[in-house]
Amino acid sequence: MSAGGEAPVIELKGVTRIRQEAVPVTLVRDIDLVVRRGEFVSVTGPSGSGKSSLLYLLGLLDLPTEGRVLIDGVDTTGFSSDRLADVRLAKLGFVFQFHFLLPEFTVLHNVTLPMQRLGRLDDDEIHARGMALLKDFEIEDQAKKRPDQLSGGQRQRVAVARALANDPAVILADEPTGNLDMRNSEIVQGIFANLAAKQGRTVIAVTHDKDFADSAPRNVHLVDGRIDSDVRR
Amino acid sequence: MLWRVSMGIAAAQLRHRRRQTLVSTLGVALGVGFFVATSALMSGSEQDMVKRLLDNAPHITIKDEFREAAPQPVFIAFPQGAVTLTNTKPREYLRGIKNHGAMVDELSRQPGVVAEAALMGQAIIRYASKDASAGVAGIDPEKERFLTTIVSDMVEGSLMRLKTASQGIVIGQGMSIRLGLGMDDLATVVSPAGLVRRMKVVGIFRTGNLLLDEGQAYMLIKDAQVLLDKPFIANRVRIKIADPDAAEEYAAQLESRWGYRTESWQEVNRDFLGLFIVRNIITYSIVGAIMAVAAFGIFNIISTVVMEKRRDIAILMSMGFRAGDIERIFLVQGAFVGLIGMFLGWGLGLILLQMLGTVEITVPGLMDAQKLPLEKGPFQFGVGGAFALVSAVVAAWFPARKAAAVRPVDIIRGAT
Repeated sequence: MSAGGEAPVIELKGVTRIRQEAVPVTLVRDIDLVVRRGEFVSVTGPSGSGKSSLLYLLGLLDLPTEGRVLIDGVDTTGFSSDRLADVRLAKLGFVFQFHFLLPEFTVLHNVTLPMQRLGRLDDDEIHARGMALLKDFEIEDQAKKRPDQLSGGQRQRVAVARALANDPAVILADEPTGNLDMRNSEIVQGIFANLAAKQGRTVIAVTHDKDFADSAPRNVHLVDGRIDSDVRR
Repeated sequence: MLWRVSMGIAAAQLRHRRRQTLVSTLGVALGVGFFVATSALMSGSEQDMVKRLLDNAPHITIKDEFREAAPQPVFIAFPQGAVTLTNTKPREYLRGIKNHGAMVDELSRQPGVVAEAALMGQAIIRYASKDASAGVAGIDPEKERFLTTIVSDMVEGSLMRLKTASQGIVIGQGMSIRLGLGMDDLATVVSPAGLVRRMKVVGIFRTGNLLLDEGQAYMLIKDAQVLLDKPFIANRVRIKIADPDAAEEYAAQLESRWGYRTESWQEVNRDFLGLFIVRNIITYSIVGAIMAVAAFGIFNIISTVVMEKRRDIAILMSMGFRAGDIERIFLVQGAFVGLIGMFLGWGLGLILLQMLGTVEITVPGLMDAQKLPLEKGPFQFGVGGAFALVSAVVAAWFPARKAAAVRPVDIIRGAT
């Protein structure tokens, strides 16, 4: 499977991130990475190899000390924090190890929140799209419940639905199955595979779950903050 | 749209912590309520006092004296003289205001000004072997009714009867009771000049002020001139003007023009008015302290919420919410608490005012118990409300800034 002809969605050019502490810590060093539309990339590596740091840089949650991050062909270097937030809102969707759903809101409201913030759709459309997303993950009957009334697997599916709310260019996932039991882990894994293969979405997932990593057509392996191998299957 | 989303989140968080929201709201409400009540009481009693001062006395009084003794001619002639004269006595002059008739005529021509020449003195009123010393005011009844509230304070007879009765006198109720001196009785009035006259009581007044009711008597100025042996003399020019607040300035003008000591009501009651300022400072510091405590309550609660909600803040930011959106979420909560606190406080203030309105007290110097004077103006409610809103928003602002400064990576990375 080759995605070589598609346009790059995310590009890292010579990205280095050093955290300034008493002893400066290099999180990632000299990363060059191009992810094209429709790719499903798993990022693996031992603990402390910089997997998560790389994901935060890709997601504009953290800024590189050196190098540039391009999203959809736009160089984000020098963007204000507000502009970075706007890019995240419109182009990126996050799924974390922990679901991070807002406890005060219903499941449906959690999913529609990014759409309300973006403000491109009217209330009815937002509601309809929220329900459709929940239906995609077979949790539409939970719409009115609060997150703490759901099982772990259901919550993580809500989190994925929320990540998809604004139809982002890229889904960034940080150990999305890390906190789930075997069965739910498989379900979520299936969802990600499906997002890439059937819906043609771009997915970058950090994981240390070997099964999950192997289910992705492309695997980037990090060691000590550098890309050790970048394999397409 | 943006406000709506922030407000939606703020509302959800407030709803989620009903108890804390309620407690902080009640804190603000108490502050506003007590502010409204105390400030209504304070400014009400202040206005009541000032009104009493203004009604019972002329705004400006010109007296037949000077602020400083006239300098000796020798000092005028040789201001830098090397020799000093000691034990010089100021020149004696005839007491009384020169040319008071022309003064009164001129003042009366000004719009809104009432001026009256009066003669004040002391006398002893004797009846059935009892004596009472009294301040005697020789006045013009036509003008006196504009200068003081004496006309409306009459309980028997009238001030106007002075004009028709021969040798009439008007006394206070306190004196009337002490001497057993009733309407139409003939009193013996003895002046320091040694003159004795028989005068008929044509009116009795009751102001509620003990000093006046027991120790003041009114008569026509011409009768007073005869009694006090000061023919054609007036020692006061008493003036009422349209705007009492301008009295001080106007008095200064008159004094520089005629030279006589001219006192405005503000000057006479300077210490009294100074007392109001001290009283207001005390009141508003205490009420301000209540509001400050309420504001700290809000600060405390919102700070706690920001700490608790760091994860939610991080996820909202990763979702694409701007720092400003996050700040707004918490500011809205503060503003909401302030706003609801304000409305509840207004309600509480109204209840407190209602209760205070039923309390009767006896003011020292007055004989009648009276209701607490309250000023229920929009000022109290407006200032109390504005104070609540501002302090609530400021109190929320600090934690809100902190929330906006959250770096999502720090939270997400460390999440367990």
